[in-house]
Amino acid sequence: MNKPLQWIGQGVLYVLFAAFVVVFADWPPYRVLAPGHGLLRLSFSHPGKISTDCRQRSAEEMAKLQPQMRASQDCQRARSPVHALVELDGKRLVDQDFAPAGLSGDGASSGYWRAPIAVGTHRLRVQFRDDVRGGAAPFEREAEVQVREGQIVLVDFKADQGGIVIR
Amino acid sequence: MNGLGVRVVRVAERAFDAVFGARANPLRQLGALAFWLLWIVVASGFWVYALYETSVDGAWRSVQELHSLQPWGGGLMRSLHRYASDAFLLVSVVHLLREALLGRFRHFRWFSWVSGMPLPWLALISGVIGYWMVWDQRAQVIGQLAFEWAAVLPGIGLELVRNFIDAQAITDRFFSLLSFLHIGVPLLLLLGLWVHLLRLPNALTQPRRALAAGTLAVLVLASLGWPASLLPRADLEQLPLVIQLDWVYLGLLPLADAAPVATGVLCLAVTLALTLLPWWPPRRAAAPAARVDAPNCNGCTLCLADCPYGAISMAPHPTLPAPTRIAVVRSDLCAGCGVCVGACPSITPSRRGAPVVTGIDLPALPLATLREQLEAAIDALPDAAPRVLVLGCGVAARPGDCGPGTVMVTAPCAAQWPPVFVEYALHRGVDGVLVNGCPDGDCSFRLGERWTAERLAGTRRPQLHFQVPRERVRVHRAAREDSASLVQAVQTFRAALAAAPIPSEIRS
Repeated sequence: MNKPLQWIGQGVLYVLFAAFVVVFADWPPYRVLAPGHGLLRLSFSHPGKISTDCRQRSAEEMAKLQPQMRASQDCQRARSPVHALVELDGKRLVDQDFAPAGLSGDGASSGYWRAPIAVGTHRLRVQFRDDVRGGAAPFEREAEVQVREGQIVLVDFKADQGGIVIR
Repeated sequence: MNGLGVRVVRVAERAFDAVFGARANPLRQLGALAFWLLWIVVASGFWVYALYETSVDGAWRSVQELHSLQPWGGGLMRSLHRYASDAFLLVSVVHLLREALLGRFRHFRWFSWVSGMPLPWLALISGVIGYWMVWDQRAQVIGQLAFEWAAVLPGIGLELVRNFIDAQAITDRFFSLLSFLHIGVPLLLLLGLWVHLLRLPNALTQPRRALAAGTLAVLVLASLGWPASLLPRADLEQLPLVIQLDWVYLGLLPLADAAPVATGVLCLAVTLALTLLPWWPPRRAAAPAARVDAPNCNGCTLCLADCPYGAISMAPHPTLPAPTRIAVVRSDLCAGCGVCVGACPSITPSRRGAPVVTGIDLPALPLATLREQLEAAIDALPDAAPRVLVLGCGVAARPGDCGPGTVMVTAPCAAQWPPVFVEYALHRGVDGVLVNGCPDGDCSFRLGERWTAERLAGTRRPQLHFQVPRERVRVHRAAREDSASLVQAVQTFRAALAAAPIPSEIRS
């Protein structure tokens, strides 16, 4: 192949290489949400209550323990799983136990779920139960949400903000 | 499969040879090209990082200002950083595919093969982190997708996703962490590259100047013409319906969104299968390692310098006084290529009737056998001049018939032919010696064709004796599939020899 043809060939190959890089750096576009939809997202990290009642130690038991270990109550470390329930317009979307983290099950439960929802007004009902012993009443919240296209409706649980948060 | 793979690679290489020439063919310097692209990424990254703000409010704004305030400076550098990163990953993957198709992963090559496997993944991870740093809508979406995917793995919790969905969870320290990772992971990549080349002495890490310049120029032009996109600032209460996605770095994420476990298993399976390729059947026996002959090894270190796989080290000589040393061959690293044999200056082929003396030799094809084959071939040549001897390479072109008045003898690698054998052949009455090796930069044993050319040109020890007429010696490079080129080169050489007078003093 003579020199001018080689130069043209090299130019073509360089341009093809750069074109490949530039084109696939942005194309084809990726659809995140279908038109006319927003997103309902459940995300929380919350430690459930201790799963078993604490037991009062007897005087004999206390005496057998080292002085610095003599706590009056014997409490297990394991926490309750957090049960989350999400209903949209009466339809149950999430009804699930989220297990506590950690080898001893003594960490916080983390939950995550998402699904697209149609634009418009929806009735959202959320319930969290964090005590398997059933003593405490579950956290519950119901709200009417206006969903715009692309809007993210976030359901969270923040104990310091009173429990269930819908944003 | 291997035969088909080799044919595919050779067809592509020949096409590129026609356009770039054999020396500048990018397919034969993919590793070096990847290095060059990495340096472009690093250099442009320094510029971008100098102006980047590691804060929630400043991250996106500082990137946006790169484009709006200094499109010819920071904007250009950010685009170059992105495009060169894409090119780096693409070239690295093509490099991996080429070596796989050529079957260059077994035996002594296993270490370089296996150590190369994590490198594309490190590049991929670094790239994804880089996209997060921009903190635009793309960062928001891919952050969510990446952590949702990562949560499939045991031990990685979904709470990490909260960094991309809850504005209250994001702090300036998050961006400091991203910066740390975006620098730290490439440093790991560099460390991985160093390990990757540990057993490859004289590795080519710089492409030919023309290729380096051409690649840089075309990436700069692309950066100027089509600057890298920047989407609107991330808004954790709003999702974009559509985003532009870099499919080279982020293409796995939509797949993982659709089928996270299957995508994870697929990635793991492909990586594992490729990593285990060196031990995949059918297993072939490795060539026997070179052997050192202690009485004839004077510890000159020429074989140490020439070994393409770092299989030779030096140790105190067992019989000669200190500080004389002896070459020691590590058999698990030895390719059995014979490059070290061609480097040995102790070789004495011209003592008729006496055995060939050499400090290092191949048990499978010793120099004594090669000399016998060479002598038999020369004796079989017709008397009519010009009489040409082709010293061939077992991996390169081996035409059944090189033409009239020509005979060919083959060694595992062209570099196994010591320059004194060329001299010896001329003294035995041939008019010219043509040494044929693998194509430029594509020696099956990495450096054989390079060392051969340098030894015969007199620029590398052991050199061809200065009194040998250089017009009687020629080096050619033709791959196995390119026998026609070798036949053509022989014909041209014969024509040149016929036209030139043959000095009688070179014949014994």
